[in-house]
Amino acid sequence: MSTNALAEGTKTTINFGPQHPSAHGVLRLILDLDGEVVTRADPHIGLLHRGTEKLIEHKTYLQATPYFDRLDYVAPMNQEHAFVMAAEKLLGLEIPKRGQYIRVLYSEIGRILNHLLNVTSQALDCGALTPPLWGWEEREKLMVFYERACGARLHANYFRVGGVHQDLPPDLLDDIRAFCHRFPKVLDDIECLLTENRIFKQRNVDIAVVTREEAEACGMTGVMLRSAGVHWDLRRNQPYECYNELDFKIPVGKNGDCYDRYVMRMEEMRQSVHIMLQCLDKMPEGPVMAENHKVVPPRRGEMKKSMEALIHHFKLYTEGAHVPAGEVYTAVEAPKGEFGVYLVSDGSNRPYRCKIRAPGYAHLQALNHLCRGHMLADVAAVVGSIDIVFGEIDR
Amino acid sequence: MSETLEELAIRIAKALPGAVKGHKVAVGELTVDVEPGEIVRVMTTLRDDPAFDFKLLIDVCGVDFPARAKRFDVVYHLLSLTKNRRLRVKAEVSEGAGVPSIVALYPAANWYERETFDMFGVVFSGHPDLRRILTDYGFSGHPLRKDFPLTGYVELRYDDEQKRVVYQPVKLAQEFRDFDFLSPWEGAPFILPGDEKAAAQENKK
Repeated sequence: MSTNALAEGTKTTINFGPQHPSAHGVLRLILDLDGEVVTRADPHIGLLHRGTEKLIEHKTYLQATPYFDRLDYVAPMNQEHAFVMAAEKLLGLEIPKRGQYIRVLYSEIGRILNHLLNVTSQALDCGALTPPLWGWEEREKLMVFYERACGARLHANYFRVGGVHQDLPPDLLDDIRAFCHRFPKVLDDIECLLTENRIFKQRNVDIAVVTREEAEACGMTGVMLRSAGVHWDLRRNQPYECYNELDFKIPVGKNGDCYDRYVMRMEEMRQSVHIMLQCLDKMPEGPVMAENHKVVPPRRGEMKKSMEALIHHFKLYTEGAHVPAGEVYTAVEAPKGEFGVYLVSDGSNRPYRCKIRAPGYAHLQALNHLCRGHMLADVAAVVGSIDIVFGEIDR
Repeated sequence: MSETLEELAIRIAKALPGAVKGHKVAVGELTVDVEPGEIVRVMTTLRDDPAFDFKLLIDVCGVDFPARAKRFDVVYHLLSLTKNRRLRVKAEVSEGAGVPSIVALYPAANWYERETFDMFGVVFSGHPDLRRILTDYGFSGHPLRKDFPLTGYVELRYDDEQKRVVYQPVKLAQEFRDFDFLSPWEGAPFILPGDEKAAAQENKK
């Protein structure tokens, strides 16, 4: 584009994406520009639409869980959590304490995975190359913890209706503890690159400011809502699993701009480490899955000895568990905001309808509002800061 | 919580005479059924009345029940940050009938209504920009309706002669198999292979 085209008063429409490197996935943005100032941003989404909700209607509850890993592939287990909680609520299942602690432990690992990616790629969008390199090294270590728990680095399928699939190996807990002690140092290093960095601040302070009223009107949740100064975190306000037994702080922003959100995410990671350490300390011994074998498959060992267990295994892996008819909405505080599942069951072995409420969907919707009046170059910073992943937006 | 969900439901019904058709409390969640035509009035009261204060619209989605006369449920999920409460509002709509849009009340509803339109074909009257959102440009049909096949109708491939991608009808190398392991002794809707002969013999007698 020639410099003339960007002169003041020239109206231009440009197509940003679908493969722009800082577009965080397949986002297509139609930007109306007045000179270099954005007057309208129209996101075109759905380029990664895979029909997850339709597919889930054709699968049993057990087969539906892996689809949730593929939504927000940056923090897979947090998504599974919302779905299994929905089924458990309809079934009235009680999860054993150890299962709850493992879930919380891995949800917080997911939060760190997400925030590491988000904070560092936001830095990348603003031109800093080092933070992603440092951050991704830590993500790699966390994904090894995923792998050691469930065999897969990304698509975990670890949370099951009734608990978690397998117990953790004992040495894994020691390694996670060692990680928790080392990790804050890495956060210090990343902060020392970014927090007081002049360029990073110029690119983020007072960019995409949201007020409380705007955040509420746009349906924002999670960090986006908290950056506007709202004390709202589902882990605290509507506690699920064992979050009410844990001690943690919730960072709340003051200015509602991109910089606040960066600082809050850094602090949330520190709090997550704090939660993980508490989980490791408090984790009781015992089963990780509920004992109701009409819903939860029996252990492999039992199957070898008991005919009853073999029958249950066969029935649950072919026909699947029947979930009582009804409707339920459960939400978890996923790293990006409120991730909810609205599940309608007709009493059969498959969900009748499973609506996935992704936080990024509402946030991206507000992009037009957030970008209007900012420069073209700020769009990348805003897209980075609202933390979107197309797996969950397009579903 | 000082007030039970039942009490809240009664209060909502009192505040909105003529709009609320009924309510249900199940698994600790409150569902309020409303008239679709009254949805704007309902949402305005729920949002602006400080006694309810549902400032956050969490979700709007559809559910398809093809057997019903009013085929679709449009489901709204609301959240109140100050009262720490959730509420589900449901409106039954028949195919082709519209629902008033609530974008003017909750800007967040914009994309959710577009998605519901895209997936179910429910029309939201008064919506500023009711385009398809998740499906492809030029897509036809509403994929989340129960009568829409899982495989869809068209597939996409790159045509080497025309040097562009083209749509063609779905061709499956193997017949679509919907594995249904629902136990036939527990009310599965299908007939076991072989059982249809028994039924034919019964009829002969």
